[in-house]
Amino acid sequence: MTTDTATRPAASDADRPGPIKAVPVRHPGRWVAIAIIAVLAAMLVHLLVTNKAFDWDFVFQAMNQKPVINGFLKGTLLVTVLSMVVGVAGGVILAVMRLSDNPILSGVAWLFTWFFRSIPRYILLFTMGTLGILFQQGISFGVPFDWKIIDWLGLSGDWRFFTLDANQIFTGLVAGVIGLGLSEAAYMAEIARAGILSVDKGQAEAAQALGMSSGKVMRRVVLPQAMRVIVPPTGNETIAMLKDTSLLLAVPVLGELFYQLQSIGSTYYKTFPIAVAATLYYLAATSVLMVGQYFLERHFGRGFGTQAPRAARPAGAGGA
Amino acid sequence: MALVEIKNLHKSFGSNHVLRGIDFTVEQGEVVCVIGPSGSGKSTLLRCVNLLEVPEVGEVFVRGEDITDRDCHLDAARQQIGMVFQQFNLFPHLSVLANCTVAQTSVLKRGKAEAEQIARANLDRVGLNEKVTAYPMQLSGGQQQRVAIARALSMDPALMLFDEPTSALDPELVGDVLTVMRKLALDGMTMLVVTHEMAFAREVADRVVFMDAGVIVEQGPPAEVIGNPKEERTRTFLRRVLDPTHVEPTP
Repeated sequence: MTTDTATRPAASDADRPGPIKAVPVRHPGRWVAIAIIAVLAAMLVHLLVTNKAFDWDFVFQAMNQKPVINGFLKGTLLVTVLSMVVGVAGGVILAVMRLSDNPILSGVAWLFTWFFRSIPRYILLFTMGTLGILFQQGISFGVPFDWKIIDWLGLSGDWRFFTLDANQIFTGLVAGVIGLGLSEAAYMAEIARAGILSVDKGQAEAAQALGMSSGKVMRRVVLPQAMRVIVPPTGNETIAMLKDTSLLLAVPVLGELFYQLQSIGSTYYKTFPIAVAATLYYLAATSVLMVGQYFLERHFGRGFGTQAPRAARPAGAGGA
Repeated sequence: MALVEIKNLHKSFGSNHVLRGIDFTVEQGEVVCVIGPSGSGKSTLLRCVNLLEVPEVGEVFVRGEDITDRDCHLDAARQQIGMVFQQFNLFPHLSVLANCTVAQTSVLKRGKAEAEQIARANLDRVGLNEKVTAYPMQLSGGQQQRVAIARALSMDPALMLFDEPTSALDPELVGDVLTVMRKLALDGMTMLVVTHEMAFAREVADRVVFMDAGVIVEQGPPAEVIGNPKEERTRTFLRRVLDPTHVEPTP
């Protein structure tokens, strides 16, 4: 259809319009928006700098107190890391159980997820702090129902290797980590399950055909590829966990960041600067986590076209 | 003793009875091509040989061992059977070299250096020794399929299964893969190939098996089955495959 453009100018050379005076498209709306934002930003800076209620000296002094720093390192960072380790490990195990052909295993995984997703974290942590009452004799490791068996055999003594004091387990950081970790495992189980299901069935078949056992198929082939899908929401979960460590007060964990800051605030009757101090701590920690997430995503994105030029990728590659 | 012996194999997917009693053997060093219309059960038959599909009825013997027996160590049996898939199924998170070594080190417990040496030799065999550090998605389909062949060969299999290895490839890439398979056949590898490449079957196969509707309709040397088929169903199929534009006169 070249005739259309080729013939028209020749036929009507006289009617031809002169060259266009091109004027860039105006964006008045943008300029208005920029002006409004600039004014709001100036107001914010003015507020931050001049408003005496901020009391920046007090904010930084409070942030610099030893119990507060300890609260940040142990109560916030350490608990986040430990809870996420429990949560991710537990979640992957639960996801594998949930996808198993064995109805008992998948049923148990479902029940766990149902239970821990149903309870608000604050109430779960409060409950963890009170669980010691169930085990007043302590928690023993040994033969289950040993006293019944011993009684039945007409013997005496016990078959226990060591006993832990339940009131020590279900207090403080340990209770916090158990509570947050179990709750997180329930959420991570769903994330890990979605990740595992995202891997093409042909991958597991190819690995099986090479003679790999089902454990090896999972560890060497399926999970590394599932991580690509698992990591981004896990980063999200880690950031949420960082903030949920402030719920540790329910256990109670007194060495926690916000509790320590609040006790300073109530001593000096300065509530607002304390809120600012806590905000700054959480902003800093979250920023660091986001950087870490970037590198994790890059690591597990290997081989998925991030480094490969798009043109080099064949249309049907990677399985249907 | 036959390398593979299949007795009275039945397989259903739901109400769909895909394999309806297959008896079939593959001898050591033999190249067998399985042809037939889609849905005839030929891929399912192939996948039953390493039990990626579990048959309901029947036995599969590999080197005299019944791998459908519950006591059979299936993973060990699968190590002797290499498989090449229509969709390649390379591991996208591993480099080409690691694709060829991962099963060697984790299943056969070979050392890293030995595994890499074997992998390189096999990549050389399929003509891809310069691609060892690439990731699968950086390769063309034909190259990916040749890596998949090298990956299977690195386990030193006694038998290679090919499930429509060229069906997902662009036409100009088919030749490279068939050349590698032809070479493999000349080297004496026992091969069971499900394929639509009639020219390849005619030239390379020792025996051609024609399947339709879950049964083996006829089998024999390629000159007979493809060149001079006895059964009407075989003739109809071959007419369609060899001359796809031909319109059958309606009686």
